[in-house]
Amino acid sequence: MIRTPLRPLARILEARGKGENPDAIERENIRLRHEEMRDRDRRRAEGRLLVLGVMFFAAFALIGGRMGVLAHSEPAEPRASAAGADILAQRADIVDRNGRILATNFDTHSLYAQPQMMIEPERAAEALVKIFPDLKHERLVTDFTGKRKFLWIKKKISPEQKQAVHDIGEPGLLFGPREMRLYPNGRLAAHVLGGAGFGREGVHAAEVIGVAGIEKFYDTRLRDPAHGHKPLELSLDLTIQAATERVLLGGMNIMNAKGAAAVLMDVHTGEVISIASLPDFDPNDRPSPLLTGYAGDSPLFNRAVQGVYELGSAFKIFAVAQAIELGIVNENTIIDTTPPMRVGGFPIGEFNRKNYGLITASEVIVQSSNRGTGRIALEVGAKRQKDFLESLGFFEPTPLEIIEAQGGQPLLPPRWTDLSTVTISYGHGLSSSPLHLAAGYAALANGGRYVKPTLLKQNAPQQGLRVMSPETAAASVRMLRRVVSSGTASLGEVPGYSVGGKTGTADKPRPSGGGYYDDKVIATFAAVFPSNDPKYVLIVTLDEPVETSGDEPRRTAGWTAVPIAAEIIARVAPLLGLRPEIEPRNLPDITQVAQ
Amino acid sequence: MRSLFYIASFLAVIGLAYWAYYENYRTQAAIAHAETLEREIAENRQRLRVLNAEWAYQNRPDRLRELAEINFDRLGLVPLKASQFGRIDQVPYPPSELDGLIDLSKSVDVSSGEEPL
Repeated sequence: MIRTPLRPLARILEARGKGENPDAIERENIRLRHEEMRDRDRRRAEGRLLVLGVMFFAAFALIGGRMGVLAHSEPAEPRASAAGADILAQRADIVDRNGRILATNFDTHSLYAQPQMMIEPERAAEALVKIFPDLKHERLVTDFTGKRKFLWIKKKISPEQKQAVHDIGEPGLLFGPREMRLYPNGRLAAHVLGGAGFGREGVHAAEVIGVAGIEKFYDTRLRDPAHGHKPLELSLDLTIQAATERVLLGGMNIMNAKGAAAVLMDVHTGEVISIASLPDFDPNDRPSPLLTGYAGDSPLFNRAVQGVYELGSAFKIFAVAQAIELGIVNENTIIDTTPPMRVGGFPIGEFNRKNYGLITASEVIVQSSNRGTGRIALEVGAKRQKDFLESLGFFEPTPLEIIEAQGGQPLLPPRWTDLSTVTISYGHGLSSSPLHLAAGYAALANGGRYVKPTLLKQNAPQQGLRVMSPETAAASVRMLRRVVSSGTASLGEVPGYSVGGKTGTADKPRPSGGGYYDDKVIATFAAVFPSNDPKYVLIVTLDEPVETSGDEPRRTAGWTAVPIAAEIIARVAPLLGLRPEIEPRNLPDITQVAQ
Repeated sequence: MRSLFYIASFLAVIGLAYWAYYENYRTQAAIAHAETLEREIAENRQRLRVLNAEWAYQNRPDRLRELAEINFDRLGLVPLKASQFGRIDQVPYPPSELDGLIDLSKSVDVSSGEEPL
């Protein structure tokens, strides 16, 4: 730019000629120059302010925009490295002892609606009712046209149903991914598995929680992501469980029973190989509990674990085994079973008013004499009997790993009188579950150690508390064998396998508490096999059986529970890998007459 | 000399910055790759679970029993019985490999000196 001189010579000379003060020109020029400088500075300052303003605006816009994005997006964990083992956190599978699946997960979808997004709510409702006939049309219409902003329509839908709903083309019908619990074997082992339902539910996921059985007992373990890839291994055997349930169902129908239970247990490890309770249910579609009536009639009721019954004469072996253990009797001690016998003012009778006379302790078991066991139990005494039964686990609920097991609290007499001692010795006055009985028989069969029944696969025998000597246990099993070979359980013979066992037929108590029914019984057969080297114990219990093939209805366990148990053993023993053997038989015409 | 030092350190800063940037991007790419693989593993596991469930469902005892009943004529499957167990000495010896190779029944005895007919 051209700098204007402060004192331009031409103008000065002109001004001097006119007699004016030339300094005025200089001042004027200085003023103009200062104005020019001021304007320039101003423009520059304004420009800087603008740039600064734009920068601040951009910075705030960036921060604001970022905050908006953060507020709007799904939160994500910042990570420095890739995730570890739990790639797919799901509820762990449940498998049987051979790794066959009993419970697994399946991906499916839930269906929900957002009515404010709907275009044709009424048409959607109509189409939905066509796909899901159990939905109510009016209900859907009121929900879709009302004030609701969100509602679940179905918690689980199949892929076909999903496609059908998708084809409705309604934008207000939405799907959420769901994981559902699947029991591929249907009703098999329903009472053990229990079932699963949804806990807290969101649109994108829902918790799967166990609602009963082992699913509830091990809920935390099954949900723990650290164990997600490790299935829970049960002691059950799918094939044997299926065979047991099949035979039991057939037997229950033949014997006209209203319910049945069976427990098959390994006497050394305490593993429950199969446990069945009928009637049963499908855990995929668990029925709701009964609201009225007796809970024990519900299919959800586990008769093998929750049902506490007076199991009758099957208890007799405990009284005799204890007496042998204490040295009070041996197998051949003569017991007087002649009437009358009165304890605490009550007469003690026999089945069908029989009189067995003077018989050996072994015969007391074989003939199932009430008076015989009663007299032996009186010798043992209430205190010792109580301690012995407690050591066999008859005072506590069984420690089985299903949530219902805690409900199987045995019913004990409030005061343990002499009369209680006598009645309990033949299985009345003390109610316990079939599983309790299985644990008790397991102690007899494995040489005298109490084993805890368990549903988890074990690798080694349990070293339980010793409750009796191996000799006593062996003598008890010999007596049990004689019950089958020549006593009340003669229908229990299985070709190829030597079975020992004891029957029990107990009259059912009236629920109102007024004594016992005359024509309703609980028939039980507790079996041990193979009796020359016991490996398994099987308990079969029938609720109100009646066998009608003869002239008059027969209800005793020997006619009802025993044939079913024999059939179960014939079916499952080969599956258990037991080699059939013909045991050295006691010839019937050779009997020991004196010792 | 001094300016040379400045230039060297400046270049070093640029180089290190580039290296750090490069490594960062490489790490992120590796994480993204790992995530893709994990997603694939998860999908495959999911598929495996579905297939296992399907297998268990197809092999459920009820169905197998029904199939055994339907195909009883052809297969004749019955539950395992005690009588199907056997001892090892009940198993017959396999036929000798020599059987059938040389048929000795119609052989000609050349040592007898007679003319074959």
